[in-house]
This record gives sequence, structure tokens and C-alpha cells, in this order.
Amino acid sequence: MAELRFPWLSLAVLICILGSIWDGLARTPEAARRRSLAASGLALTCTLAAWLDFVLLGAHEARDPWEPTARILGEPLLTLDLLSAPKSSLAALLYFLTNLATLRAKAREFSFARSLASEAILLATFACKAPWAVAALLAIGTIPPFLELRKAGKPRRVYVLHAGLFIGLLVLGVALLGRPGDGANPSIVAIAVLALAVAVRSGVAPFHCWMTDLFEHATFGTALLFVAPMPGAYGAMRMVLPYAPPWILQAVSSASLATAVYAAGMALVQREARRFFCYLFLSHSSLVLVGLETATPIGVAGALYLWLSSALSLTGFGLTMRCVESRMGRVSLSDFNGLYRHVPLLAALFLITGLASVGFPGTVGFIGLEMLVDGAVKSFPIVGALVVVVAALNGLAVIHAYFRIFTGRPHASSIDLNVRPAERAAVLVLTALILGGGLYPQLGVGGRYHAAVALSRARRRDTETPVDVSHRTAFPEPHGGSTKDVESLSGRSPVPIVPPSDRVAVDRSGGKP
Amino acid sequence: MTVEALFVALGVCVVAAPAILLLVIGGTFLASRPLSENAMARWTASCVACALLAAVAVLSLMLATGSRYVPVELGDWAKIPEEHFHFHLTFVFDRLSTPFLILTLVLCGTTSAFAHRYLHRDPGYGRFFLAFAVFLFGMVVATLAGAIETLFLGWELVGLSSALLVAFFHDRASPVLNGQRIWSIYRLSDAAFLLAGVVIHHVSRTGDFNGMMGTGSWPEGKAALTSGQALGAGLLLLVAAAGKSGLIPFSGWLPRAMEGPTPSSAVFYGALSVHLGTYLLLRVSPILELSPVLGTATVALGLATAAFASIAGRVQADVKGALAFASLTQVGIITAEIGLGLRYIPLIHMIGHACLRTLQLLRAPSLLYDYHALEDAIGDRIGGDVASSRWLSEPRRRGLYRLGFQRGELDDSLDRFVAAPFVRIFQRFDRLERRWTDFLAGTTSRESDRRTAPAPIGEEA
Repeated sequence: MAELRFPWLSLAVLICILGSIWDGLARTPEAARRRSLAASGLALTCTLAAWLDFVLLGAHEARDPWEPTARILGEPLLTLDLLSAPKSSLAALLYFLTNLATLRAKAREFSFARSLASEAILLATFACKAPWAVAALLAIGTIPPFLELRKAGKPRRVYVLHAGLFIGLLVLGVALLGRPGDGANPSIVAIAVLALAVAVRSGVAPFHCWMTDLFEHATFGTALLFVAPMPGAYGAMRMVLPYAPPWILQAVSSASLATAVYAAGMALVQREARRFFCYLFLSHSSLVLVGLETATPIGVAGALYLWLSSALSLTGFGLTMRCVESRMGRVSLSDFNGLYRHVPLLAALFLITGLASVGFPGTVGFIGLEMLVDGAVKSFPIVGALVVVVAALNGLAVIHAYFRIFTGRPHASSIDLNVRPAERAAVLVLTALILGGGLYPQLGVGGRYHAAVALSRARRRDTETPVDVSHRTAFPEPHGGSTKDVESLSGRSPVPIVPPSDRVAVDRSGGKP
Repeated sequence: MTVEALFVALGVCVVAAPAILLLVIGGTFLASRPLSENAMARWTASCVACALLAAVAVLSLMLATGSRYVPVELGDWAKIPEEHFHFHLTFVFDRLSTPFLILTLVLCGTTSAFAHRYLHRDPGYGRFFLAFAVFLFGMVVATLAGAIETLFLGWELVGLSSALLVAFFHDRASPVLNGQRIWSIYRLSDAAFLLAGVVIHHVSRTGDFNGMMGTGSWPEGKAALTSGQALGAGLLLLVAAAGKSGLIPFSGWLPRAMEGPTPSSAVFYGALSVHLGTYLLLRVSPILELSPVLGTATVALGLATAAFASIAGRVQADVKGALAFASLTQVGIITAEIGLGLRYIPLIHMIGHACLRTLQLLRAPSLLYDYHALEDAIGDRIGGDVASSRWLSEPRRRGLYRLGFQRGELDDSLDRFVAAPFVRIFQRFDRLERRWTDFLAGTTSRESDRRTAPAPIGEEA
């Protein structure tokens, strides 16, 4: 495995941990804000440097040099590959911009120290590949929102029940996987349990209620940062996708598609902006899991691209909505709030980020959605049709919310509601990325396609192997060959590069080459 | 410079001019440094003039060289060669797109000059021209699109700007609700269009109109689809066109769209936007030819729309509403002409109708003045429609009056049979979720309930 020139990943995580401690010692909210900006800015620089270093290395996978855990565990813990390289940078960017857009008035509710702690956990999660490590970090990642709910004295039973279920399933799944590092031959029960855990974390219906509950009770910033980077999807790619037989993927995909349709409908009948945003997010983010099951490289590439674009645009949309909320409190969608006269720029940004989040042409989300639909139609035409319906409904919901928030008789206010420079900078950066990605999508498309091919290879390698010795007979033998042929493949021998059509056939046929 | 290079340069100029306009107006708006009224009008006039001159130059060159099909390839927007996935950015000048493009630019130029004075010192002046720039760019892209995805890009931009301009006077609820309704219909039509695009892409392995329509430029192309495939994709395209052009059962949105400022009503619903659906049908006419069932459905839809709009238009109490239905009557006839297999006649009909209707709509605010001038000139009052009284009995006339006055109850039907059940179902789910989270939380779980007003969504409608 190639080595990065500098331990960027460890450094990014370390900076966030130290920043969190330093931030906790700050005496004023303004000092805490400044420190968090410095720490998250440095972490962002490190992740960007890691990405650049990785690209310059030209490797498929690279690890941090001088990593102490490598000696203890026998394998490097923090690595970067085609899948995780942009995700780490994106996560760091989202944290930095959210901290930047947090006004002093909100600093007492939104804990910067906790935000940095969450960032450290998330960056470590995205830098891990080993299923047990990903599971452990995903479980730890549920703690900071709980602490916030507890500190604010908000109801937390819904969150705790779901987080408990998630952690329980993760523990059970990892326990069934066997000892750490032996992920090559997992039992089917373990994969099913882990898939269920991923479904809970991703808010797949009927396990989505924790998400709406979190948006109800936590601060908008915390809720946004907990869901927007979509760590559940990352868990699916690391713990489920490489090993799962097609029926598990189909089950996850069908549930995600149903969630996408359901949440799109629910977004349209919400009377409050946060809940609307939550359902919109749920609907669009569910499409990422739908794309993974299409099992065509183009569909998976579309899903991966959509993952980045959704995270980017939905965070932009969320931050815009947070700006609105910080001016007028919880926003009712039953009334016309008439904010346009005060904040026309915010209205434009709301529209751009909102439409980008539903894949409007000319924005970053369009190509991803197009690829996803293309891949889905090749696998199951009805899936493609439903994805289009979801996109149409979400577009409807965004404009509905826009009209409710910004139109109507001008909102009466005795104070200046105009956008503050920090808020403007945060949302404009995201808008520039959204429009830039829409105008020149090839950069992301090429990278995501290579990541999808790498995932397909990993999946081919693992699904060609019978899932478990005890389940060997349940899986057909490739090419009508003997079990011996199959066993020869189970030793993770180099996989020949096959045409895309063959890879599709492999993935769609339950392991038959 | 070779002729091909000249074509490319002029083609790029046609597309780039509206793009630059959008970039300038949008960029200054996002930078919170909006242009002055005069600067905005000058930019708009310059960009439209530049694009128009280039378009006329392309037409002249085409006539001079005898070219009937001039593709301008701008490369792949996105591609995955291993998967044969290409998102071509191709613009095509042919006998369909070039006249429609020139019409678009002429009418947009005229309307923007009119709007500069009409909206002078209006607080929404900048907002209007921003939406207008989006519309212009969308129309140019949709008109010249050489691939179905490119057409979709333009199509969506036109829809968005249209909905925003209907809701232009957004201090009042009525224009906003109408804008929202129009957006709903457009989203439905967009979904049908995108599905049709995906189906065509899937069966013909290409999204380019050139590849899709086989050999020969418009209108001689032969689609490389079977009759069944053509029927499936064609019906989806027909739904898309019906939504965009306000054909039955989506006719209700057209008079509602007149809530917007007069210049946008003129250029959108009298002239260009309302013809975009029929333009799409003309563009994919080789697909329509493959299926007699599809052709018949197109004719039936067009004639039914024309008959309905003719009746409804006669009982409208406001001039813009009457003009909207008059537009719809002609659009219905144009659709029927396309279904009958005609190609040049619908194109000429579209161009003529768009010019006439733009003039009428721009004159609409001074209609009473015009009437008085006419009455003064003829020395008598202008009479109403008396012909129908000779042909129809009183009960039938009343029935038709009711039908027209209630606009065929098309909107009510869509509300009652599509929107209301949808909303009811999801509101029920919402209640179930509330009960479930209340049960899990052991207390009232929704903090947001304390903040929202009691009026349910859509009550104002």
C-alpha cells in the first residue's frame, strides 16, 4: 500500500480532538467560535492536502506514514482510497462552513467543542476501511448529539432508542463477522444485521423517526452535521456492499426507494421548515442507497456522485434555512412569511441550493441523478421511473417552501435582518461549488466512476466467494465449475479486469461470473 | 476561416450571449451589487441583439451554402467512455430550430424593451430581468438542443422562470398560489419528459436527436424505434407537451399564469413558453409518425383543447384571460396539425400566432383606450358575439356558458382526484408518525407544533 508523504489524516483527526479540548476551555462564545474556526480550518487544510497527496501518488489506496495503530493492529487504521478521499475533505468543509455560519447569538446553544469532537469522529470514520473500526466509530458518533439533547433538557428517548438499536445491531453484526480483520468470509446473518444497522443510521423507513425527532429537538447545526455527510451510506459501502448477496442489496435498495417516495410525499405536507428539510434530506439521501443496488458501474458511480452532490447542496440548503431560522425562529410553512424584501440574497441562495439538492439541471446534482436513473433503468426500469417521480416531488416541495418563506406581505421587523458576512461567505462558497460542479461535472464523474469500479471489483472478489462455508451450497458455482474453482478464488487472488457488461452480470446474478 | 468554423463561431455566439447575460445579472445579484435599471436594460438589449445577429448570420449562411443541418459540437459535458455514457452538448441549426430561434430572440428583445418602461421603478425590476435572463437562456438552449438532455436543461429553466414570474407580485397570496400550481404542472410534465428521455436513450442507445431520428435532417428523419417503443415514449412526450402547452387536462394553469406582469404574460404564455410543448412535438415528429395510435391521440388532444379553449375564451371577464384561451385554441389547432403529419404548416402557424399574440398582450393594458378609439372611428359600439345565438338553443348555450365559466372544472378535477387524495394520504401518515413518536418519547414529541399557525397548507387556495 502506498504511503502519503505526511500523516495528514492523523493530523486532521488530532487537530479536531485538540481543538475540541482547547475550545472547551474558551471563556466566551466568541473565543470558542474563533478557536473552532481555526481548528476546523486547519483540519480542512489537512484533508485537502491528503486528497492532493493521494491524487499525486496515483495509487488506489494510501495510508498515513508513522501510524502507531499499524504496529498494534497489524494493519493501518487510517487509509485513503478513491471512495474516501473526497468524502474526508467534504466532511471537513461542511464542518468548517457550518462553524463559520454560526452567529454569536447561536453560540450558546451550538457547542463548538462538541462540533469539533464530532468532526474528529467523522474524519476518522471516513479514513477507516476495516468494518469493525467503521462500526465502532459510527457507534461513537451517536454520542455528541445525545450530549447536546441532555444538556438542553430536551426529550431524547426517541433518539436514544434508535441509537441504541443501531449500536446493538452494529455490535451484533461485528461480533458475527468474527474477529477484527477477518472480514473476507462473513456470515450472511452478520451482513443482514449490519445492513439493518445501516438502514437505521440512514433513516430508512420505518427507522427514520429519530431523524425528524433530532431535527425537532437538537440545534439545526448539530442535526445538519450529524446527517449531511451521510455516514450511514459510508457504512453500507464498507460493511455491506462488498460482501452482501444481491437479495440483501435489493432489500436495502427497495426500502430506500420506498423511503425516498414516502419522504418526498411527507415533505409536501409539512407545516414547519425543519421537518420539511428533514424529509427532503431523507428523500434525496435515500437515493444514494438506491443507486448502490443498481449494481451497474454507472448506477453506482451515479450514487457516489449523488452522495457528494447531495451532501454539498443539502448542507447549503440547510445552512440557508438555518440563516432564516436565526432571524425569525422556527419557520411556519402554513403562512407566507414575506422575507424576500429583507433578504433577497438569502432567497436566491435558498432557491439555488434547494433546487441543486433535488438535481435541477445546471447544478451539481443533475448529472448524478441522470447517471443514477440511467443505471437504474438498465437494472429495473421501474426504479428509474420512481427516482424521476421522487425528483419531481422534491422539486415541488422546494418551491413550495420558497414561496412560503420568502413571499407574502413583507415581514415586519425592527432590526436589520440582512445576511451577515460570515453567513454570506459560507453559503456563497457552497453555492459556487454547486454551480461550478454543475457547469463542469466531469471532474467528479470521472473520479466517482473509478471509485465505483473499485467497489465493483471488491464486490466481485467477495461475492465470487461463497459467503460462508456453512452456506456454500446455497450459492451456485461459477461457470458450472467445481467447488475447487470457487475456493481458488476465495484467496483474494488478483481479479482480472472484465468489461463493464460482465461486471454487471456478476453483480446482478448473485455471484455468477 | 472555413464555413464550418464560421458556423461554429456564430453558433457559440448565439448560445454564449444569453449565458453571459444570465451570468452578469445573476452574478451582480449574488454579489449584492445589482445593476441599475438602465444598465440591466442595456445588457439585455446588447446580448439579445448579439444573439439575434449571429442567428440571422447563421440563417444567411445556411441559405447561401444550402446547408440544412448545422450541428455545433461543444464537446461532452460529462462522459464515461467505458460505459458509453456521454452527455453531449450539441446545438443544432436546422429548418425547425433556426426560425424558432429568431422568433424567440425577436420577441424577447421586443418584450424586454417594453418591460424596461413598463416596470420602471418597480421594486421587482431586477427580479424580473433576472428571471427573464433565465428564461431567455432556457429558450435558446431548448430551441437549439441537439440532444434530449440538452432540451431538458432548457425546458427546466423555462419552467422555473415561468413559475417565478407568475408569482412576481408576491406580496399577494393569489399570484404565489398560481405560481405554485403552475410549477406543479410543470414538474409533472418534466417528470414525463425525463422518463421519455430515459426510455428513448435506453432503446435507441443515444440521446442525440440526430442518432435518434436516423438519417436525414428535420423533417425527413426516420426514427430508429419500433412502433411499440414509439407509442410508449411518444405518449410520455405528449404528456410533457400537454403540461407545458396547457393542453387538456392541464389547461387550467394558462389563465392563472396571467397573474404575472404583462411583459412576461406576453412572451411566456402568448408567444414562446406556451409553444414549447408543440415545438417538442415537432422536434420528435419522426417518432409520432411511427405510431398511428399516437398520431390519432395527438390530433384528438389538440382538437379537444381547441374546442374547450374556444368555449372558455368566450366567457372570460378579463382581457388577459380571454387572450390566454385564444392562445390555447391556436395551440390546440397546432397540436392537431402536428398529429396529422404536417410539419411546415404548424411551424408557420406557431410563428404567426406568437407574433400576433405578443402584440395583443402587450396592448392589453390599453385595451379600453383602443376600444374607444375604434368605436369613435366606426361611430358605433362594438357588438358582442351574436353568431352562436343563431345556432344554439338557450339551454345548450347556458350549458356551454357554464362549462366555459367554470373552465371545464379541469382544475377542480385535478385537485379533487389527484392533489387532495395525495395530501390526505400523507397527512394521515404524518398523524401516525406523530402518535408513534409521542409513544416512544412518552410525551408530546413535536416542538414545532407550538410554533405553527393553525391554517393547513393550501387553505388559502
